[in-house]
Amino acid sequence: MSAARAPGLLGSPALLSWIGVLALGVLLPFLVYPVLAMEMLCFALFASAFNLLLGYGGLLSFGHAAFFGIGAYVCGHAAKVWQLDPLLALACGTAAGVMLGVAFGAVAIRRQGIYFAMVTLALAQIVYFVLLQAPFTGGEDGLQGIPRGALLGVLDLQSESVLLGQRAAWGLYGLVLAVTVSGHFLIARVLASPTGLALRSVQEHEPRARSLGLPASGLKFGMLVLSAGLAALAGALKALVLGLAALTDATWQMSGEVVLMTLIGGVGTLAGPAVGAGLLRYLHHTLAGLGSWVTVVLGGIFVFCVLVFRRGMIGEWLAWWQRSRAAVGSSGR
Amino acid sequence: MSAETAPILACRGLRRDFRGFAAVEDFDLAVREGSIHALIGPNGAGKTTVFNLLTRFLPVSAGRILLRGEDITALPAERVVRRGLVRSFQISAVFAHLSALDNVRVALLARTGLVWQFWRARSTLDAFTDEAHHHLASVGLADLAHTPAVALPYGRKRALELATTLARDPAVLLLDEPTQGMGIEDVARITELIRIAARGRTVLMVEHNLKVVATLADTITVLARGRRLAEGSYAAVSQDPLVREAYLGHGGDAHA
Repeated sequence: MSAARAPGLLGSPALLSWIGVLALGVLLPFLVYPVLAMEMLCFALFASAFNLLLGYGGLLSFGHAAFFGIGAYVCGHAAKVWQLDPLLALACGTAAGVMLGVAFGAVAIRRQGIYFAMVTLALAQIVYFVLLQAPFTGGEDGLQGIPRGALLGVLDLQSESVLLGQRAAWGLYGLVLAVTVSGHFLIARVLASPTGLALRSVQEHEPRARSLGLPASGLKFGMLVLSAGLAALAGALKALVLGLAALTDATWQMSGEVVLMTLIGGVGTLAGPAVGAGLLRYLHHTLAGLGSWVTVVLGGIFVFCVLVFRRGMIGEWLAWWQRSRAAVGSSGR
Repeated sequence: MSAETAPILACRGLRRDFRGFAAVEDFDLAVREGSIHALIGPNGAGKTTVFNLLTRFLPVSAGRILLRGEDITALPAERVVRRGLVRSFQISAVFAHLSALDNVRVALLARTGLVWQFWRARSTLDAFTDEAHHHLASVGLADLAHTPAVALPYGRKRALELATTLARDPAVLLLDEPTQGMGIEDVARITELIRIAARGRTVLMVEHNLKVVATLADTITVLARGRRLAEGSYAAVSQDPLVREAYLGHGGDAHA
């Protein structure tokens, strides 16, 4: 920990962080019910994709559920009706998200702040009504009975087995973990690239970035499309896990929830949104017995977090860690 | 004083309306290559609007802008930069949470196609480090390369902004009030930096500090109520009765 290297996920050296993430991913299904673990991972990817836009592009989208939802529906349709391989079904869902991202971007990318949020909200409502009314989406019921299929026709994702005393569809879990970690790796990689630096400069001072010749709108558009694609991938993954593309995936409440996840975990940090997403899904599950009171409890937690951890849980932790490191550095001289 | 050679930057009949009010009207300007040209005028004369029009940050209502004789009136701001016209801002515009080094490196990055290579590692930027250090050293920031821009004192921020602008290697440098809000020491330092930066370049600057203008500028254009009032050397302009009435009359500090 002594060497001042490039900060990784939590501020510590990068490689160590990724090993930690993988270890946590392997442990997770032994700590919570495996299907819940997979759902937590899907939402972690969704929140991180959203954070790419809010935390690093400075754009608050209030329509990200549209990408999540379209990913779930298209993947579900591809797996169920076209009977495609799970990987191809995931690819179809992601591609749909990318195309929707391009459409959203074409309309909204030059809008700033609250206007961007309003335009994305309006577009997402259009997508919601299409998913409600279109003949192949199952209306209120959503798309049910989506088969998990067999990966590359070989690895059955449906069958469960017992591993170290825990019964789960381990093949599916492996796929979900691999896709989620890869998605996060892609995000980290993009942010650390020349494009990432250019994007940060646009977020810091857009007119200045433009005055240096950086394609500010183009960069933001690119991030929106990437974010939309990853959010759709997360939705597609969730559809495979639960065998269901639910209409709730595309509601504005879902767009709100991903904002919540990101803020609770820490906007603009790599690990924060994933942690926030995992925590919220876990609470949803464990507090399910409270019925509609869940919303009240979660609202209370959100208010508490905003008041106490202004930077989010991981954001506060990072700030504390940097302060203590600075203190150690100065007292060591 | 009209030059024989074609001006590097010119505008003709420039006009900009804001809700029926003409902030800039029928404005002509010709900036000679290699000169330092100052744009002065009372508050609200339209200097910054002219800047925003020339750099394409604002759409023009009428008129044409020519860079090396080519019409750039319809180009977006980012494209104008690629043709060598780079601006600074009135309020010190730095990327606050990037280090001084990264502020300059991002300008160097902007010149290349690397901006879009999102699959490349951060170490790709190492290629720019030496040149960035050179630019930082040229404005006296060699020791502060790893300091976040937000932690620099005001005068240093302006120096960093200048280094970042120069990293774009502009042929025409547009400076919007480079000494605004500075103490005497910083003004002297920035004046000297501009003089050095102007070697081999053309500079157009908006400036309130007449001492800086008198020291640096080859040509001065006086703007009042969106129109050109006078143009010439500092000696000629400061004797102009129209200028004295509109501007220097209540300036007080002008040693005309």
